[in-house]
Amino acid sequence: MSARGENTTNEDGSIARRKAAMAVLAHADAADIAACLDAVALPAHENLREAENGLVMVRGRIGGDGAPFNLGEATITRAAVRLSSGEVGFGYALGRDREKARMIALCDALMQSPERADGVEAKVIAPLRAAISARHARRAAEAAATRVDFYTMVRGEG
Amino acid sequence: MTTIAELPAGFADKVLSAQSTFRSVMDAMARPGSVQHVVASVEMPAALMRGTAAIALTLFDHDTTIWLDPGVSKTPDVAKWLNFHTGAPVVTDPSICHFALIADAEELPDLTGFALGSSEYPDRSTTLILQVESLTRGQRYELCGPGIDRAATLRAMIAPKDLFERLAINETLFPRGIDVVLVAGDEIVAIPRTTRLIGHGG
Repeated sequence: MSARGENTTNEDGSIARRKAAMAVLAHADAADIAACLDAVALPAHENLREAENGLVMVRGRIGGDGAPFNLGEATITRAAVRLSSGEVGFGYALGRDREKARMIALCDALMQSPERADGVEAKVIAPLRAAISARHARRAAEAAATRVDFYTMVRGEG
Repeated sequence: MTTIAELPAGFADKVLSAQSTFRSVMDAMARPGSVQHVVASVEMPAALMRGTAAIALTLFDHDTTIWLDPGVSKTPDVAKWLNFHTGAPVVTDPSICHFALIADAEELPDLTGFALGSSEYPDRSTTLILQVESLTRGQRYELCGPGIDRAATLRAMIAPKDLFERLAINETLFPRGIDVVLVAGDEIVAIPRTTRLIGHGG
């Protein structure tokens, strides 16, 4: 019973880790991912599903309790990669960059392999995450530099 | 039990493979009785031949319902593979399927159980994809009909020996009817509903 509980926790942990990695990879540039992946020794792998373009319906709602409506379709690319050791990774990315979707799928597969996950986390995910947060911080700083505070003068009534 | 880690990969080059396979099927349909080849490289479950797998990846999608013969549907391998690569729904009722995949032709059920189309929409009928032993040797069949200059000769080892007798329902049903694609390895032969058997021998 306790072993099962432990397994579930481990699984939840690894899923959370994969989700976090996906969030970083989806926002990273394909060229940056490729540069980071060069530093990792890649095992033999094959395309289980070749990268393909498609559309997803984007749903929106106005306000927290507004009725959902179809906003429009967005182009996405998806891919699935299988390592020689059997792990299957999936990659979805907005846009039509097939190589990016394939690299995301490859990273996802590597993240599932216990002996490779830490290497990928350190060499790919962490630098990309740092780059993305640096970009956000720079944008926020640029915006903050032009901030104007408005004061309302209280007009005397008499 | 097949997990996703063991699924065969499908087409090596999706776009070009699907295009070349489509061309082969189209040529086969246009020239009934002629042997066409599937050149695409494809990974498939053990129950399927290369030609069958390539046709499935080319023609099936989420809008086409698929019926699998009892032998194939005994294990989930083929259904899972089709679902992953094509998204096509597998149905258990042959009378509503667009395509029927028959790996072991001995198990071919009564043809009237399949969708035969309606007079308004004769295209809404089942296309049978039938795996046979050979399309280059065996019994000789003489065929005629649209797309054939006088007569075409097909040499084939077809498991239900009475396939062409069964397909005689196409004559009475026309324009409704069943189209058949025979597959042996990477060779395919189409027998559309307009093709008639005019003679056979050893």
